[in-house]
Amino acid sequence: MLFRTMTAMALVLGATTAQAEGPELVINGEIPITTRAPAPEHMEYVREVMSGWEFRSPETQAFEADDFENPGMIFAEDGRTAFSQPLGDTDQSCASCHESPETLAGARAVYPKWDPEREEVQTIEMQINECITERAGAEAWGYTSQPMTNMSALLASVSRGMPVNVAIDGPAHDTWLQGKEIYYTRYGQLELSCANCHEDNYGNMIRADHLSQGQINGFPTYRLKNAKLNSVHDRFKGCVRDTRAETFSPGSPEFIALELYVASRGNGLSVEGPAVRN
Amino acid sequence: MADNVTPRVRVPSSASAGEDITIKTLISHPMESGQRKDKEGNTIPRSIINRFVTTFNGETVIDVTMEPAISTNPYFEFVSKVPESGTFEFTWYDDDGSVYTESKDITVE
Amino acid sequence: MNLSRRRTLALGAAAAIFLPRIGWADATTDAIAEFTGGADLTEGGALKLTAPEIAENGNTVPIEVDAPGAEAILILATGNPNPDVGTFHFGPLSGAQMASTRIRLAGTQDVVAVAKMADGTFQRASQEVKVTIGGCGG
Repeated sequence: MLFRTMTAMALVLGATTAQAEGPELVINGEIPITTRAPAPEHMEYVREVMSGWEFRSPETQAFEADDFENPGMIFAEDGRTAFSQPLGDTDQSCASCHESPETLAGARAVYPKWDPEREEVQTIEMQINECITERAGAEAWGYTSQPMTNMSALLASVSRGMPVNVAIDGPAHDTWLQGKEIYYTRYGQLELSCANCHEDNYGNMIRADHLSQGQINGFPTYRLKNAKLNSVHDRFKGCVRDTRAETFSPGSPEFIALELYVASRGNGLSVEGPAVRN
Repeated sequence: MADNVTPRVRVPSSASAGEDITIKTLISHPMESGQRKDKEGNTIPRSIINRFVTTFNGETVIDVTMEPAISTNPYFEFVSKVPESGTFEFTWYDDDGSVYTESKDITVE
Repeated sequence: MNLSRRRTLALGAAAAIFLPRIGWADATTDAIAEFTGGADLTEGGALKLTAPEIAENGNTVPIEVDAPGAEAILILATGNPNPDVGTFHFGPLSGAQMASTRIRLAGTQDVVAVAKMADGTFQRASQEVKVTIGGCGG
């Protein structure tokens, strides 16, 4: 019943706003998600930025409209459980400093960001590990490990609906430029840059699939393909591998810079993670 | 037992007399099909939830026989009568003999 | 029998094309026969099967069955190595004989539902689902 209603709804919405916009995403009937926005000024070749949600079928899109139907939320909830559990052998938990995950709403939207103490750009995973090692004195989590990805899904989920707004000026600018350089560099035996697929050809088919703009506002993302939560850097790695290149490692300076740059291409879109993709 | 199996259900906390309610259930489980192979080429043995039952005050609402073609993290949505206030019992049966349960109360006004 | 090369090839091709299909069809037919006890099936009745025309990934395909008055609904994926998907048995407190779930499809194929109605008759519905071969995404 629900399934048909949603499909019908998508069709009706599609019909009434047929110009450029399709259906709209509202999570749990209460969190409107901006899935299309005017491109940030720094983008020269794209007028409108679009969440990967826009490129998916009505059935895949529907998974995200309700937290109960979104399998990615299973992992965010595991993250919520971990939030108040002791870290390693310590008596410290995330909740020792942060009363609730909700008090961290908005954090996801501005990462990666410059850390003045460390004088480097930090991803949210690096910030989580800084908390774990320096505040709690526990052992760091693996960059793309399950606990890390669960926690990053939790932090994304409490920021949903807020506009992505990473800073690209000031001290982060050099890292951002490095990320931009990587974005436009052709890698691998196939000699493909990020831009070749996700800027020049979004909306076109790659085999039987629609190429998206490669936005990361919905990460970490539950993929139907592997039925698990996927971190941004793991996805980058998959993309670079598909160009038949030796890839950078998750957590490497290259991927940190690339994440800042790609995130900045989504400034104005809503935080949407954990999203559902194919 | 498969790791980290968490059942979750969505049932309204109240209903009006004579109203049918929609129930959604989701349980985190890999539903290993028995068709896949590991890196060494050995078949990964089947390990699935093979049955799911919902009862209300002891009477059956739905009883589902499940095969490996049910997706990872099995999801069901169905409709129940609620003749009086009472308790839903949800039970998932694993190939390995584990049984996962969840219950929800509902008030009929 | 004196077979020419061409005829041998043609026979081989015919066998290659038809044998596996017969094999799969048999498994589906057997599963239906086991469910119905060999009773006749009618189409176009109260049973409705809803599935996407195109599934972006075969791992998680949402489907819904709805058959007012049914006692049970069997679901089969005719193109899977094993066509059995599941059976919904509706109890006395079932509010509507409908259910949604998510299933695995090994490729483009017909999904079949068979409903056992309260009067002992059986209905059948089917729908083809095209499972796309992904790009990098799939």
